[in-house]
Amino acid sequence: MKPAPFAYVRPGSLADALSALAGDPGAKVLAGGQSLVPLLSMRLAAPSTLVDINGLPGLDAVTVTADGVRVGALARHADVLAHDEAARVQPLLRLALSHVAHATIRNRGTTVGSIVHADAAAEMPVVLTLLGGSVEVAGPSGTRTIPATDLYVGPLETCLAQDEIATTAFFPALAPGARVAFAEIARRHGDYALVGAAALVDGDSVRVGYVSVGDVPTVVDLTGVPLNEMAATALAQLDPADDIHATAAYRAQLVRVLTERVVTEARTDD
Amino acid sequence: MTTKLMGTGVQRVEDQRFLRGLGRYADDVAVDPSTLHAAVLRSPHAHARIVDIDVADVLDVEGVHAVWTYDDLTGPMAEPLPLLIPHPMLTHGRTQYALAKDEVNYVGEAIAFVVADDRYVAEDAVGKIKVSYELLPPVVGIDAARAADRLVHDDVPGNVGARMEQNTGDVQAAMAAAPHRLTLDLTVERSACMPMEGRGTVARWDPDIDRLQVWSSTQTSTGVRAVVAVKLGLDLRQVDVITPDVGGGFGVKINHPWPEELLVPLAARTLGRTVKFTEDRREHFISTAHERGQVQYIEVGFDDDGRLLALDVKFWHDHGAYTPYGLIVPIITSTQLLGPYKPEVYRVVFESLYTNTVMVTPYRGAGRPQGCFAMERTMDAIAAELGKDRTEVRAVNFIQPDEFPFEQGLVFQDGRELTYDSGDYPASLEKIKALIGWDEFPAFRAEMAAEGRQVGIGLACYVEGTGVGPYEGAHVHVETSGKVKVATGLTTQGQGHATVFAQLVADELGCRFEDVEVVTGDTRRMPYAVGTFASRAAVMSGSAIHLAAKRAKEKALKIAAEALEASPDDLQIVDGVVSVKGSPGSSIDLGTVAVLSNPLRYAFDEASKAATQFTVGDPGKPPVAEDEEPGLEGTDFYSPERSTFASGMHAVIVETDPLTAEIRILKYAVVHDCGKLINPMIVEGQIHGGVAQGVGGALYERMVYDESGQLLNASFMDFLMPYVTEVPDGIDIDHLETPSPLNPLGIKGAGEAGVIPSAAVFASAIEDAESIPITAMPISPSELFHLRLTHAEETP
Repeated sequence: MKPAPFAYVRPGSLADALSALAGDPGAKVLAGGQSLVPLLSMRLAAPSTLVDINGLPGLDAVTVTADGVRVGALARHADVLAHDEAARVQPLLRLALSHVAHATIRNRGTTVGSIVHADAAAEMPVVLTLLGGSVEVAGPSGTRTIPATDLYVGPLETCLAQDEIATTAFFPALAPGARVAFAEIARRHGDYALVGAAALVDGDSVRVGYVSVGDVPTVVDLTGVPLNEMAATALAQLDPADDIHATAAYRAQLVRVLTERVVTEARTDD
Repeated sequence: MTTKLMGTGVQRVEDQRFLRGLGRYADDVAVDPSTLHAAVLRSPHAHARIVDIDVADVLDVEGVHAVWTYDDLTGPMAEPLPLLIPHPMLTHGRTQYALAKDEVNYVGEAIAFVVADDRYVAEDAVGKIKVSYELLPPVVGIDAARAADRLVHDDVPGNVGARMEQNTGDVQAAMAAAPHRLTLDLTVERSACMPMEGRGTVARWDPDIDRLQVWSSTQTSTGVRAVVAVKLGLDLRQVDVITPDVGGGFGVKINHPWPEELLVPLAARTLGRTVKFTEDRREHFISTAHERGQVQYIEVGFDDDGRLLALDVKFWHDHGAYTPYGLIVPIITSTQLLGPYKPEVYRVVFESLYTNTVMVTPYRGAGRPQGCFAMERTMDAIAAELGKDRTEVRAVNFIQPDEFPFEQGLVFQDGRELTYDSGDYPASLEKIKALIGWDEFPAFRAEMAAEGRQVGIGLACYVEGTGVGPYEGAHVHVETSGKVKVATGLTTQGQGHATVFAQLVADELGCRFEDVEVVTGDTRRMPYAVGTFASRAAVMSGSAIHLAAKRAKEKALKIAAEALEASPDDLQIVDGVVSVKGSPGSSIDLGTVAVLSNPLRYAFDEASKAATQFTVGDPGKPPVAEDEEPGLEGTDFYSPERSTFASGMHAVIVETDPLTAEIRILKYAVVHDCGKLINPMIVEGQIHGGVAQGVGGALYERMVYDESGQLLNASFMDFLMPYVTEVPDGIDIDHLETPSPLNPLGIKGAGEAGVIPSAAVFASAIEDAESIPITAMPISPSELFHLRLTHAEETP
């Protein structure tokens, strides 16, 4: 469990980081390393260069404005979780982040890193998708903004090019009167969810995002669907699968339980 | 100190070191850059013939020093690894080679051994070895092994390594005569020990003294020493094995030698360099050992009170690809299954089967959890059949306190009669009922039901033969400083031996607890020893240390009596000072006694002057008397006739979620009888750890093999050990102390107890909550969900 040989660079500027990436088609970005380092150690990934962006200035900020929360690429899950203003402007961040792994992992792992790692079993990609957020990406030809709905193209795959770096994730503020809820069931505290669900209720609009029930983060619009039919409607659009921890049928049951749980909670006055 | 330390919760002397990160494990030995590091090429296939191994590219890798395959091994190293515990019924025992010869039989089997400047380079080199395989069909799981359409070893018909039967009478006649009969089909899945520290071995050859020094993370340093000497063709005196701090063993490290435990010393001797192997977690999953996997079929006949008239058990034990540890696990299952009960007639037949999976050797509990599961599921089934309380059915079957010693009429794992020495099961039952609130539970269940919550209560009883022989020894040496150096040969994996053994020495010798230093598992200090397993350290080494301390004390009193001109009977030793009882002015400290014990020709300091030839002794007698030896030391050995039987009962209240089938532990209680307690805090720590491990085995952990023999969850991401958040919030513990008559201190082992009844007690409680028979463990929410579906279909 030792990584294969790789070159390591730790650039001091975004421009240098981008050129390092561009200079080696086998290069990968290292931020918090909570997903990448185990993959390296198990030799499931063997990038020829690691571009460590931890030395880049100005990427560790969590910036809150009236329109939402901007999370820099080096902001750790723990920074976002502890950010009271962020929790006020978009409560779903804190609700979901408290389910992300364990404190030690949240201290190193970055929210943006989790988002671009694109694991459908992770919480933050679903949260970004449900809220209609986006990521800002820097590349050789400048920056671009990718809406979450366009970001995820397959299992562990985003539309980012190899030579691009996600610099910021933007989570829109919760609209006045809108409500959110989050729940998940995991085998153990802090594990990847067997199924997770996040609800966003805004007036008549009901949307639920699901964790671990498909290849990519999936959000289902349940507006106008009676509560007791929501799960069936959602399941028609989801693809729960068997794995060593749970059957597809059990995951479907959890979709039923959690859909009702999060929608009811989001509809309930505090 | 006049108060006895035995029975008090003395703080562990080890913890300062461990908690500050100052523990010194095998990987912490020889950290200088000149040490070479090993990596192993392991089979990616569960069953294959090796057609060719090409290592040509490896030696080109910069930093690689050597590579071994089977063809490079000679003499005893080229023979199969030892079958450690032969048994006449193990008719088809097989062990692997240090490096695979012609065939591999599980994913993870060692094929080639690379030594390089560091582990990174060694792993790079391993990746360059080219092996061509001819794939063979794998045998995975007990059903496939029994079907025997495919064979693991061509020369083992039916995949049966052993078939063994024991009975205490005519079970068929007793069954036929029984007023009630039931059958049960049960399954227990595989799990494994998973110590925090995996295996680790370091070896250094010293050409100046022709001597090999080995550090190994083992549960038996003397065992490793003996086998390394034999395999490398060295005299025993040329090999020292030192066990540094060990980060947990739980059984897996009693098996020896692991291939690397021989290959590292071989490499060190061949290359003349210090060589280290530190196992990584994936290797631990696929190349050490697992346990637990069994399929059981039980037929039981009983009377109207639930009394066992005939118990007929068959089980199939999955022992994996090889049998280095013999039949110990299934023999323990088959004998310890009886627990605290006395069936009129018992018959047990087992088959120990080969599969193309990691081999099976003892894991904490060592076959007892499976036996307990069989027996306790049977007890619950009888109670359900008769509509009786589960505790009543158990009570009518208990061996009574006045029936000890009680002979079960079977032969135990040590080849001796299965005879229980002591216990009080009715008293334990009363305690556990009170502790868990058994009689109040119906009211609690009704209260929960009113809130729409579903709860169940479970109970399980067990007996554990502990302190198995053949022997352990101890050496107690009082230095002239008054410090007391104690050595025993068995090893320590975190149990707190340095504390409890020091308690025993302080009590017996009369020295200060702080002055005692205990060394374990170092063959230079105590070359005669067996090892740490079967909950035996306290019983075996504890007794030996007590006896050795007694010898040292007797000698100290004799010497002090002469110096103080008093009778030894009038002396006492308190806080390291020997004094005449009632006349405190007349005293001599143990350090000075140690000085006097060693008649000297040469003085080297003020203290030693007192022992020189013009100062002490009767000039008319030899300075060392005929039946004496110089030095204030005591050595003794303890070798019991048979094992001593600890026992206990666990009870649990669980809540099962009606929608998600999640299983939550509301209350967990343990009543435990390990005879006289040396250190109650440490015993309770053992129980806490055992229960945590048991929760893992009952609700989380399993080895998931696919049909091709790949282990799908060989990482801590997918092999689910419980976190602190998954184990009971608190464990209510009550002790019962029925002293063992078999050793001087009246103690019994406590190491494995916490884990033995876990599968049984959770099955009992979940069944009670769900009113669905629970026949297979572990159980996950997903499985419980499907059980509910199946049950609903079957009972419209």
